[in-house]
Amino acid sequence: MEDKLNSILADAREALAKTNNLNELNELRVRYLGKKGSLTMVLRGMGSLSPEERPRVGQLANEVRAEIENILEQRLAEIKRKVKSAKLAEEKIDVTLPGTPFLIGHKHPLTAVQEEIENIFLGMGYSIEEGPEIETDYYNFEALNLPKYHPARDMQDSFFISPEVLLRTHTSPVQVRTMERTVPNLPVRIIAPGKVYRRDDDATHSPMFHQVEGLVIDKRITFGDLKGTLQVFAEKMFGPKTRTRFRPSYFPFTEPSAEVDISCGMCDGKGCRVCSYTGWLEILGCGMVHPRVLEMSGYNSEDVTGFAFGMGVERIAMLKYDIDDMRLLFDNDLRFLAQF
Amino acid sequence: MRVSYKWLKEYVQIDVPPRELAERLTLAGVAVEAIEEPGKDISNVYTGKILKIEQHPNADKLVVCRVTTGGDEELQIVTGATNVREGHIIPVAVVGARLTGGLTIKKAKLRGVESRGMLCSGQELGLDPDTMPEDQAHGIMILPADTPLGVDVKPLIGLDDAILELELTPNRGDCMSMVGVAREVAAIFNKPFKMPETDVAPTVDAAGNNVKVDIEDPALCRRYVARLLKNVKIGASPAWMQERLRAAGVRPINNVVDVTNYVMMELGQPLHAFDYNKLKDGHIIVRRAADDEAMLTLDKSKRELSSDMLVITDPGGPVAVAGVMGGYDSEVTPETKAILLESAYFDPVSIRRTSRDLGLRSESSARFEKGIDLTGCRRAADRAARLLVDMGAAEVVDLVVDNYPRPWIEKTILLRPQRVYHILDLQIPQPEIADLLIRLQFQVKEDEKGLLVTVPGFRPDISLEIDLIEEVARLYGFNCVPNTLPVGSVTQGARNYSQELALKIRNFLATGGFSEVITYTFVNPRVFDLLGLAPDSQLRKTVALKNPMSEDQSVMRTLLYPGLLDVLQRNAKRQVKDAAVFELGRVYHPREGETLPLEVTTLAAAVTGSTPGGWNRSPVTMDFYYLKGVLDALLVQVGVNDVSYVPVTGAPGFHPGRTAAVICGETEIGIIGDLHPDVQEAYDLSRPVTIFEVNFDKLAGVSGNLRRYKSLPRFPGVERDLAVVIRNDIPCADIINTICRAASALLQEVRLFDVYRGKQVEKGRQSLAFSLKFQAADRTLTDDEVNKQIEKITGALEREYAAVLRS
Ligand SMILES: [Zn+2]
Repeated sequence: MEDKLNSILADAREALAKTNNLNELNELRVRYLGKKGSLTMVLRGMGSLSPEERPRVGQLANEVRAEIENILEQRLAEIKRKVKSAKLAEEKIDVTLPGTPFLIGHKHPLTAVQEEIENIFLGMGYSIEEGPEIETDYYNFEALNLPKYHPARDMQDSFFISPEVLLRTHTSPVQVRTMERTVPNLPVRIIAPGKVYRRDDDATHSPMFHQVEGLVIDKRITFGDLKGTLQVFAEKMFGPKTRTRFRPSYFPFTEPSAEVDISCGMCDGKGCRVCSYTGWLEILGCGMVHPRVLEMSGYNSEDVTGFAFGMGVERIAMLKYDIDDMRLLFDNDLRFLAQF
Repeated sequence: MRVSYKWLKEYVQIDVPPRELAERLTLAGVAVEAIEEPGKDISNVYTGKILKIEQHPNADKLVVCRVTTGGDEELQIVTGATNVREGHIIPVAVVGARLTGGLTIKKAKLRGVESRGMLCSGQELGLDPDTMPEDQAHGIMILPADTPLGVDVKPLIGLDDAILELELTPNRGDCMSMVGVAREVAAIFNKPFKMPETDVAPTVDAAGNNVKVDIEDPALCRRYVARLLKNVKIGASPAWMQERLRAAGVRPINNVVDVTNYVMMELGQPLHAFDYNKLKDGHIIVRRAADDEAMLTLDKSKRELSSDMLVITDPGGPVAVAGVMGGYDSEVTPETKAILLESAYFDPVSIRRTSRDLGLRSESSARFEKGIDLTGCRRAADRAARLLVDMGAAEVVDLVVDNYPRPWIEKTILLRPQRVYHILDLQIPQPEIADLLIRLQFQVKEDEKGLLVTVPGFRPDISLEIDLIEEVARLYGFNCVPNTLPVGSVTQGARNYSQELALKIRNFLATGGFSEVITYTFVNPRVFDLLGLAPDSQLRKTVALKNPMSEDQSVMRTLLYPGLLDVLQRNAKRQVKDAAVFELGRVYHPREGETLPLEVTTLAAAVTGSTPGGWNRSPVTMDFYYLKGVLDALLVQVGVNDVSYVPVTGAPGFHPGRTAAVICGETEIGIIGDLHPDVQEAYDLSRPVTIFEVNFDKLAGVSGNLRRYKSLPRFPGVERDLAVVIRNDIPCADIINTICRAASALLQEVRLFDVYRGKQVEKGRQSLAFSLKFQAADRTLTDDEVNKQIEKITGALEREYAAVLRS
């Protein structure tokens, strides 16, 4: 009997070592350890053993069972590991194949730039005001110190709807409307983005374009505040190394008035094609709100002062993305728009 | 305004090169747009004299000149020019010379004859032919007979000069003159300024000469100076004057005309010279024109006048449009023997309107429009007389009429140094402020309140304290003002609801595969025909531009989506046939009884073609249901509850069977549908297009509903599929409504997952398959309960639509 047990163990050892497959392994488990398995069969013959032999053989039988189970477990783990790694090998994919197309769209570059400008001023406590694109002569000109036949009206060749109504030539009328609504409260701190219209059409002008204007009115606003604010804007919009330069200019609704240049980012101010070899790029106009404009809107110009500025979104977008023809911005070629 | 650097030095000492001068002027508010150096590329061009001209032996159109440049050597030069004669002094480009455009002169043989150099035209020397005397504009430049030979030609004709091109702001009319710019230069560099000579001694007695000036409308003509000169000898003006006029961009004509132009450029006062003998009785009358009056101007055009226009007349009729252009009949000609010089002040607005109405802008009107120096009229007349006398072109009669009905009113403005500080944030001491203003030729007196500043006549733009503060600031230097930030109460910067919503929608659509476009808001009214709008359609009532750039941009849009169709069309032409685009912008509707039209912010989107496919995905057609899915998701995203789509037929531009009104609650916010095939064809689009157009303001009104948390189910739900065969003209929305009504609250979700029409079902019917989800909050549902629900649903569908259950 002991021999039998030993030979079952040897048998099982050999058979288990040979197999490489889970089904066979199960069969072997049944063959050796199952209800009708060889070990079970041997143990059934235990009754014929003498009482002295029984415990010894019994122990041996238990040892054999334990050993077979042990080997089975080992083999099972090994085979599972093998199967898994075979499966993983099979599952290999070509990771260099293109990904499933994800349909993305694009904001128009003008919107993107406008939002960027808005966010800079929102961060400085400005709110956003809007107004009609079709305006009265009063709000577009008169209330901005531009009476009829003022030579500065030439600077803004207008589209007329009637003698008294026109497409606004700048977003400045929003400033007037805001002041009229806010007076006598302080402070006013707004930007007014939107479409504006002038009779011009070439590589650097479009009959419809976008402006963002700003207006701040309070008890003690100075020209230094205007300069400081626009310096902050320039750094946020064009990078921390950007410098600004203020050149005296003329707008009927501000005084003193200035044009603002930023140092050319392409050449660091050394001079290049983009800045026409001057090192400077003109980006906006600004000034202290003219006392007459304050008075017309109901503020006492002795008590309050303010500044205003206005910039062309197209101009800034063209600088930012190095676009050389403004007409591209309104052509809406999807291959162009997809670049932003 | 073109400013000659050399000429400018006559009035002020300049120690810096042109480039630095330009920079300093620009930073003081007199913007220099460009610096032109006409002689920059030119070298080795000398004065020469033509000794002999012979016909070229082999060419009819060429001549052979023998030219001396002063030395012993004679140069043989072949030229095709026809305006040269023996004895002429001309610019000679010798071998090795460089001319404009990089041209280098080499020894050459022209039709077998050797040529050692070139006779130069003004153009070859970089001069503008429009500023050359007419007879030389297209020929060789002829220099004055007394020009020394063999000297560098550049300084003689102004090619050693630099021209600053000013871009003046409309308030600085005073800088439309050499002395005006010189004053600025003097102020910037703190140098003395020198006014030109105007003393003139009459040599002809007034007796027997008649000059009378009547001003009928002194509001439009505040001053009129008339000065008589006799014994006029019309001829060419001296070379130095021609050179300066050329630098200023003015063509020399004859000495009298040149002097009037010269003085205008020098002092900023436009002058006009009448042929005195062509004026009736020497009598000038300044009046408004009659409405039916007309006159022939210098340029030989007949001008229809109106009572808004000021004219200069003699008793016989108009002789000039005041301040704009002289008359042909009283023009100075080579035969002129006596001239009456006009130096007047005309009202800027009147001149502006007149020149606009006549479509006639002149150097003269440009100056009057901006307001000239009322106090300087007499001086300018004298200056012109002095120049003519100095060049021996005329004698001055002791007869000047200075009719000055509305004199200059001296302006004295109080400037408080405290205010300078308040506005500029600059603590400039009072004496320094005074000094800056004195440099600009203001008169300044100290007062206990500050400075009393008197404005000179050439600065009519200055009338307020703030004007003076600007003068101080620009001369002191804007860039010396320290950068600060506003102090004061803190404000919160935030977008308002609709701005935030617009941003959200843009973000949603852009990340959802749509490209944003921006199209012109003015359109061609023909668009309405392309869309097939009825003749009386409200949408044809547009806000029209009085002065459009073109018919294509002549009315304000009343719909947004046609702009998108243009975009699709343009892209399709460029082989970009798959497109998903949107625009958020305004449309404009006239309003009865209102000054301003209604502006409605509108959102439109259009899709055509399909999404990009890939190696593992097929492209998805972007059709009605694609766009509807986008709109549904968008509406959910912005917090709209309760959206329904109601079929619409007859919406202009839309397919009659594929269009729905978009309704949120009770509010119709827009429309979605396929483009009508006729419109698709009209736009030359090969593939169907689906569009939605939504009123943004209405959308804002129904959006933003709060999302409330619903507790998550704790008991499992039961899903059942239900397929019914039903008439295919019954809207799916109705069927779903019926299902929901028939079931109890246990029905949580109805999802359509299949629509089938074809062989398996009879014609006119379709099979719809729904997935229904039942769930209770407090228990697991039994089969029995769910079966009862299904029975109710199928019962209702059978009753209402004669639907047949499909197993
Ligand atoms: Zn640069």
